[in-house]
Amino acid sequence: MGATGLRCRECATPYELDASYVCSRCFGPLEVAYDHSGLTDVGALRRRIQGGPQNIWRYADFLPLAGGPPGPSARASSRAALPAGCTPLIRADRLAERLGLGELWVKNDAANPTHSFKDRVVSVAAARARELGFEVLACASTGNLANSVAAHAAALGLESYVFIPADLEEQKVLATGVYGTNLVKIRGTYDDVNRLCTELSGERDWAFVNVNLRPYYAEGSKTIAYEVAEQLGWRTPDRVVAPVASGSLYTKIAKGFAEWLELGLIEGDEPAFHGAQAAGCAPVARAFAEGHDVCRPVRPDTIAKSLAIGTPADGPYALDLARRSGGSIEAVDDDEIRAGIRLLAETTGIFTETAGGVTAATLAKLAQSGAIGADERVVLVITGEGLKTLDAVRDTFETFEIDASFDEFCQRVEPVASGAVA
Amino acid sequence: MAITVKLPTQLRDAAAGAQVVAVDGATVRDALESLFAAHAELRERLCDESGAVRRFVNVYVDGEDIRFGEDLATPLSDGAQIQVLPAVAGG
Repeated sequence: MGATGLRCRECATPYELDASYVCSRCFGPLEVAYDHSGLTDVGALRRRIQGGPQNIWRYADFLPLAGGPPGPSARASSRAALPAGCTPLIRADRLAERLGLGELWVKNDAANPTHSFKDRVVSVAAARARELGFEVLACASTGNLANSVAAHAAALGLESYVFIPADLEEQKVLATGVYGTNLVKIRGTYDDVNRLCTELSGERDWAFVNVNLRPYYAEGSKTIAYEVAEQLGWRTPDRVVAPVASGSLYTKIAKGFAEWLELGLIEGDEPAFHGAQAAGCAPVARAFAEGHDVCRPVRPDTIAKSLAIGTPADGPYALDLARRSGGSIEAVDDDEIRAGIRLLAETTGIFTETAGGVTAATLAKLAQSGAIGADERVVLVITGEGLKTLDAVRDTFETFEIDASFDEFCQRVEPVASGAVA
Repeated sequence: MAITVKLPTQLRDAAAGAQVVAVDGATVRDALESLFAAHAELRERLCDESGAVRRFVNVYVDGEDIRFGEDLATPLSDGAQIQVLPAVAGG
C-alpha cells in the first residue's frame, strides 16, 4: 500500500500506522503519509481504478489499509461489509438556470448505505480498526455518523457505542438504535459529547472512529474528490461548495484533488473551495470574515444540527484552504437553510437534510454576489438525506384536501395549482 | 485553593504517570504554573514559546472551555477541576 506512516501536521514528527491521532510533542493532529512514487504509469492507474469495485475501494491505492481493500478480492469488495461511495454526480441545469450559473453539478452523497457521506469515512476507519484488532467501534456524533457507525458495526459483527447530544432529531436517533448499538444520549452539545469521547478514548480500548482512528477516518472524505474528478472525465471543477462542521470533509476533499493533480492523474487547476456554515454555528465563517487564523468557539443554535460543532478541530486548516484556494467560508441563517432545501428539491429532485440546505443556500448566496463566473464548472456537495430532518420542511408548503369528487378537484385544486408550480 | 488537573493519556508520561494532579491557584494560569512547578516537562508540551496554550490543546474548567471564560485568567473556585484534552478530535 501507499501509506507509510502517520505524521504530525504541525511539526512533522513521524508515527507508526496505529490508533493514535495526536502528536505527543506538540498536540498537533496526525495525518496519514503516503509514498506514491511507484504510481508513475497514469494510464495503468486509471484503468485499475475503472476496473475496480463500484465503491470507495476502487481508490485503495490512496487509502490507508495495510492489507488492501476488504474482501477476498478487489472485485468481491463490492460485497464486503457496507460498501460506500460511487454516488451520483448529477448535472443540475435547472438549478444553474435559476441561479444564473453555467455548468453546475450536484454530488449526491445521500445515496450512501446510511444516507450520508459518513459511510465513506466509517468504511475506512472500521476496516482499519479491524486490521488493528479492535472489537468495539465507537463515535461522538451529530447524527449521521451515529447512523453509519451503528450500521457498519452491525455489518462487521462488532460491538458499538454511539454517543450523541440528547436533543438530536428523532429520525437520526431511530435510524441509529435500530442497528442494535449501545446508544448513549449526552445531556449537552456535540462539543460536550466530543469532550467525553476524547477522554473515554484514552481510558477504553475501543476504536473511536473520529477520535483515535481519526487519521484513517478523515482519509475517507478524499474519495468524494476522486469520484467527482473521475465522473467529470478526469478533470477538476473550478469551484467546490461543501459544508463545514469540524472542517475535516472540506479540507480532505481538497487533499484528494491535490494528490491526483500532483500525480498527473487529472487535468485542470486546484479548485476554489467554498465552505458553508449555519449562522447559528459559524465559528469558521466568522474567523474567515474577521481575518483570524484560529476559530473562537461558539455555542451552537441552529436547525442544522449535523453541522453544529462549536469547536471545529480542523478550523485553522479550513481557514488556510479557503484563503489559499481563492474560496471563502460563508454563513446562512435558518430561514435561508429551509429555502436552500426547497430550492434544491424543486430544481433537482434531490431532498437533502439541513446540512444540504446550508450548502445549497451558500451556493445561492455566492451566485447572487457574483463570486461565480458564468463559464465556471461548479460542484455542490450534498452530504445527507432530507428524510432525516423532516422538521425542517414541516409547514413550508400547502396541501389540498378534498372529497373524492371530480367537480371539487376542478373547482378547488386546479385553479390554484397552476399558479403554484415553481 | 485545592484544584485538580486531569491529564489526558498523551501527557501522563510527563507527569510521572499521574492521571490527576493536585495543584493550587486562583486562576487557570496560576493553577497551570503550579502544575509546571511539579512537572516541568508539561510546560513545553502544553504551551508555545510565548506562554500561550498551544492551539491544538483544549482546557476546560468544570466542563467549560476556558475560551468561553477569560482564557488563562479564568478564575477558579475551591475544588474546581481543570481538564486538558487534545483539540483535534471529532467531527
